[in-house]
Amino acid sequence: MIEAVGLTKRYGDKTAVYNLSFQVRPGAVTGFLGPNGSGKSTTMRMILGLDNPTSGQVTIGGYPYRRLPNAPRQVGALLDAKAVHGGRSARSHLLSLAQLSGIPARRVDEVLGVVGLHDVARRRSKGFSLGMGQRLGIAAALLGDPQVLLFDEPVNGLDPEGILWVRNLMKALAAEGRTVFVSSHLMSEMALTADHLIVIGRGQLLADMSVTDFISANSADFARVRTPDTEPQQREKLSAAITEAGGNVLPEQDGALRVTGLALPRISDIAHDSGVRLWELSPHQASLEEAYMRMTQGAVDYRSTTDQKAGLQQPLPPGAQPPMPVPGQGQPGWYAPPPPQQGGQPFAAPQGVPAQAPAGPYGAPGAPGAAPGAPAPNPYAQPAPQAPRTPPGAAPAAPPAAPAVPPTAPAADLTKPEDAR
Amino acid sequence: MSTPPPPMPQTAAPDWQAAPGSPYPTYTSPIPVVRTHLGHALASEWTKIRSVRSTMWTLGVFVLLVVGVGLLTGLVVSSADPDMSGESPLALGFFGLLLGGMCIITLGVLTTASEYGTGMIRTTMVACPSRGRVLLAKALVFFLIAFVVTLVCTTLVGFLHVALLEGHNAKEPTGEEWLKGTLGVSLYVALLGTLSLAIGSIIRHSAGAITIMIGAVLAPLVIALFMFSSSLADVQQALFEYSIPNQMSIFYANSLSESGPSGWDPLWIMLVVTAAALGGAFALLQKRDV
Repeated sequence: MIEAVGLTKRYGDKTAVYNLSFQVRPGAVTGFLGPNGSGKSTTMRMILGLDNPTSGQVTIGGYPYRRLPNAPRQVGALLDAKAVHGGRSARSHLLSLAQLSGIPARRVDEVLGVVGLHDVARRRSKGFSLGMGQRLGIAAALLGDPQVLLFDEPVNGLDPEGILWVRNLMKALAAEGRTVFVSSHLMSEMALTADHLIVIGRGQLLADMSVTDFISANSADFARVRTPDTEPQQREKLSAAITEAGGNVLPEQDGALRVTGLALPRISDIAHDSGVRLWELSPHQASLEEAYMRMTQGAVDYRSTTDQKAGLQQPLPPGAQPPMPVPGQGQPGWYAPPPPQQGGQPFAAPQGVPAQAPAGPYGAPGAPGAAPGAPAPNPYAQPAPQAPRTPPGAAPAAPPAAPAVPPTAPAADLTKPEDAR
Repeated sequence: MSTPPPPMPQTAAPDWQAAPGSPYPTYTSPIPVVRTHLGHALASEWTKIRSVRSTMWTLGVFVLLVVGVGLLTGLVVSSADPDMSGESPLALGFFGLLLGGMCIITLGVLTTASEYGTGMIRTTMVACPSRGRVLLAKALVFFLIAFVVTLVCTTLVGFLHVALLEGHNAKEPTGEEWLKGTLGVSLYVALLGTLSLAIGSIIRHSAGAITIMIGAVLAPLVIALFMFSSSLADVQQALFEYSIPNQMSIFYANSLSESGPSGWDPLWIMLVVTAAALGGAFALLQKRDV
């Protein structure tokens, strides 16, 4: 059990973590999410007694880490894969750690086998790939067979097989009754691995709830309705009818309508009653990733802006149109569905492919030039999960917990690029 | 009042593991739990220092410099058919050791600072939250290695010089001269290395700490060389006398000056400086974030 109370850490005048309180319970995988620079690693370091909190405290099993008896036998940690001396062989590295913790040397060969580094045990870790480095770090964490395990970005650089292995390892460790605390920014991975989520942004707690609750509290499910492009008046007619029936309508760029607050059959009925033909009526359910994006969009520190190449471009030939910017770039909130309206009822929807793919991990397309609407390229080639933890057909009457971030327009006007003004 | 309280078993598991009625599931490892102590840290540091190449490189170059330069000086001096006029032949070992000292400084700095450079220090401190124990184990292991290697080299070079210069009117070294020229100067060099280790732990940057240490060895002598003003004569004299090369030469009884430290003084000076630096390193290590 990890327990943080009022944890605060300042580096000079920069507050990395502010007044963070949470509990990590045994027997479950707890995901630790947050944008880059939100204080995840700082929190991990404070848990492990590497950094001293400016105020507040964090304990493991009731003890601050530095006063924990047999600390390496109680807690194992993967902080970052490169926290090894590159000139040392994998085996010597683990052996020195085992000797330091009073663990029999036999255990070193065991964990080398567990992480699959048997064959390269005598090679210097300098030559290891990122994935092999991660495996070595995981081996070090497992060395003491501890009750509490902390992993900072464990799947970074792993191949799909390795990601699957880590996922199953986490679940197996938690099933044995251990406390497993995993930080990551791979939402799809967390959706599959974690039971519970702790989300921080700008060093403050945004959410501490189960994955299921998190998605339902932070996602805004909507229906995408498309009327015949050839008859714009039908679109107006349907909008009016839906608004009259209590739904909310938001036009999309390509002429479709986003409808919230009404169930799919009801929308169909309204369209039928008002004599409007539909070309599309599709459910859209937010994934954990979108729920996370919505929650943290106000708390992102490093946001990309449009690459303007100001002053570097050739003057356009007369009559030429400037190229359209790729949607999403430098437009915070582009990806986010509208905030759930108070009293609005998210409609029941079967699982569906998110029609509008989320952009890159932090609000901008990961790869420049990515086709708008195409799924963000996942460097780990994970099959995109369709939020499997959301029970299909479950229609929460109202979000059980109000989102910690007020569902106002993203306070990101300052970061708007100049061409958006 | 006279009975001390029973010692609390340090190995006791925290409450949540002991309490069977805990609301949460727990896990108990089948691997026996051992109470760790300095011995574990020493074994670990020994594994660390012998499993990196920088140890072999620096100590290899050290042996090469001390023995090689010692042999060369011995051969050159003996072939010139000199008149040693009662000087101790051990004094010739000074040049090689002065150069070799740089290697010991480098290894000392690397022992601590390289852990910061690679990030290994975080792994180490997670495995052993008693930070002082890690630094103490590092200092002990390094000191012993540096001392043993230096002692072997200086003894070898000493015998070499005595044998080469026999019959050149050289003095037969006395027991104390032998002791100072081997054991004494080895302790001094090992302490100089341990001082570098402490500086490495304070600076946390290999190149920075090595530069500081080499500067500390060379700068006083070089600065003193350019102090021509008579008003600075005292300062110049003190810089000469307390510069590290001069302190080392005192072990061979060929000091640059007549006043200043003599006999075993340099060893005590270095002991105090190293102890102070280690104390500072301990205090900073406890206080600072890793």
